[in-house]
Amino acid sequence: MSRRILSFGFLVAALLTAGHLFGSAPKEQHDSADGKKTKFEPGKFILDHVMDSYEWHIMTAGKTHVSIPLPVILYTKEKGLDVFFSSRFHHGHETWKGYRIAGEGEDNEGKIVLTDRKGAEGSGTVRPIDLSITKTVTAMLVSMIFILLIFLPVARKYLKNSTRAPSGLQSLLEPVILFVRDDIAKPSIGDKRYEKFMPFLLTVFFFILFNNLLGVIPIPPGGANVTGNVAITGILALATFIITTFSTDRKYWIHIFNAPGVPWWLKFPIPLMPFIELLGVFIKPLVLCIRLFANMLAGHFIALSFIVLIFIFGQLSWIAGYGSSVISITFYIFMLFLELLVCFIQAYVFTLLSAIYFGMAKEEHH
Amino acid sequence: MGLISPDYGTIFWMVLAFSVVFFILRKYAWGPIMKMLKEREQSIENALQSAEMAREEMARLKGSHEEMMHEARMEREKLMEEARRIKEQMIDRARDEASQETVKLLEQARRHIESEKLQAVSEIRDQVASLSVEIAEKILRKQLKDRKEQESLIKDQLHDLKLN
Repeated sequence: MSRRILSFGFLVAALLTAGHLFGSAPKEQHDSADGKKTKFEPGKFILDHVMDSYEWHIMTAGKTHVSIPLPVILYTKEKGLDVFFSSRFHHGHETWKGYRIAGEGEDNEGKIVLTDRKGAEGSGTVRPIDLSITKTVTAMLVSMIFILLIFLPVARKYLKNSTRAPSGLQSLLEPVILFVRDDIAKPSIGDKRYEKFMPFLLTVFFFILFNNLLGVIPIPPGGANVTGNVAITGILALATFIITTFSTDRKYWIHIFNAPGVPWWLKFPIPLMPFIELLGVFIKPLVLCIRLFANMLAGHFIALSFIVLIFIFGQLSWIAGYGSSVISITFYIFMLFLELLVCFIQAYVFTLLSAIYFGMAKEEHH
Repeated sequence: MGLISPDYGTIFWMVLAFSVVFFILRKYAWGPIMKMLKEREQSIENALQSAEMAREEMARLKGSHEEMMHEARMEREKLMEEARRIKEQMIDRARDEASQETVKLLEQARRHIESEKLQAVSEIRDQVASLSVEIAEKILRKQLKDRKEQESLIKDQLHDLKLN
């Protein structure tokens, strides 16, 4: 049994590393073939992997980039709506219809900017209204489709045989759903009010979990850094904040502006405690956003760093490169297993804290 | 730094997709799933409860059954006791009656014997009387051969009679 797990682990790791290697190794070659003779920059390499982009880069073989073109949606008052595929830019080397991708060192680096306009002081760049389906958006949409494809049939199964024991996919997901309900929602919100928040908590839990897990798989549609994107986690945290604020009662605000059990001189004449408490209202979702974002980003960073080590050593000599790869990949495998754990923990923590905030918004009257 | 500044395009798509998926899931997935889970738990709860009730009923029935058995046994015991008592009573009475009968019979026999005896005695007495008369006759006849003697005897007799 343990041997089977071990061999499975190696297979997974091999697949995962293969994806990263294909995606990165020849990049360096390409740069040197371009004549720029750029050195391999580990920092840039890692950032390129975790940052959003207009195309989904899979691998580069020789001079050919293999990437999935993604739709670019732009709008300016003068030009109107422009929709085209990101392949028009030829990986950022060409302009198209007066748009280009801002290069290194420029304002709005890596974003689409207008070629014919400069910033306010005659320098810098100007962005059109940019609603492109980027790599992050694509991965997020794919995960949403996955979620719909998984949960809608499961729900139908529930409707079909409600009183019978779960089967198939249903029995895989039911413990997780029950976990969210019985171990997250019920204890934090209370038996009476928890049902109202269940759809949100379940959606958030599975959204984060799916995106986290997809992020660990290096081949598309996985490998994108969705939950490590501050916009995504920000919206999730904002949703928690909005729901919390809309389900508050008088007592919640009394607790904030006139916290009981606090010495009066902390409230008057300088309202120190109310100020801190009020700040806490906004800090809570902010922390929620940053925790998830930073954890997932850090996971990607560390995993990629081990890969990068191979190329750093590889630049010294090919023997060092191959030699270090053994150690690097061992650490990488270890990191991936750790990441799998983190995927679940982060989904759990985000959902749990959201549930606790909902519970705090309106204390159940005993 | 692009890493920590949220891109509004991503925000736009995230808000759109997340709310669409959230509402679809709420209506078509979480709603039915939560409802059915609750229903199933309810039905399991009900089944357990009815099983418990059935078990209690069984125990109750068994109890009453045992009680009935016990009662029946008691009844039988009582009946047996009664029968034994009646039997003994009957035997006793029979014995009493028999002994009474015996006594009566004995009494009767005794009385019979008594009367027989009396009769016999009186008969004997009669016999003895007639015998003695005969003997006396004979004696008298022998003694009264002479006159003197006859007279003295009559005198004596008369004397006696007078006294009586």
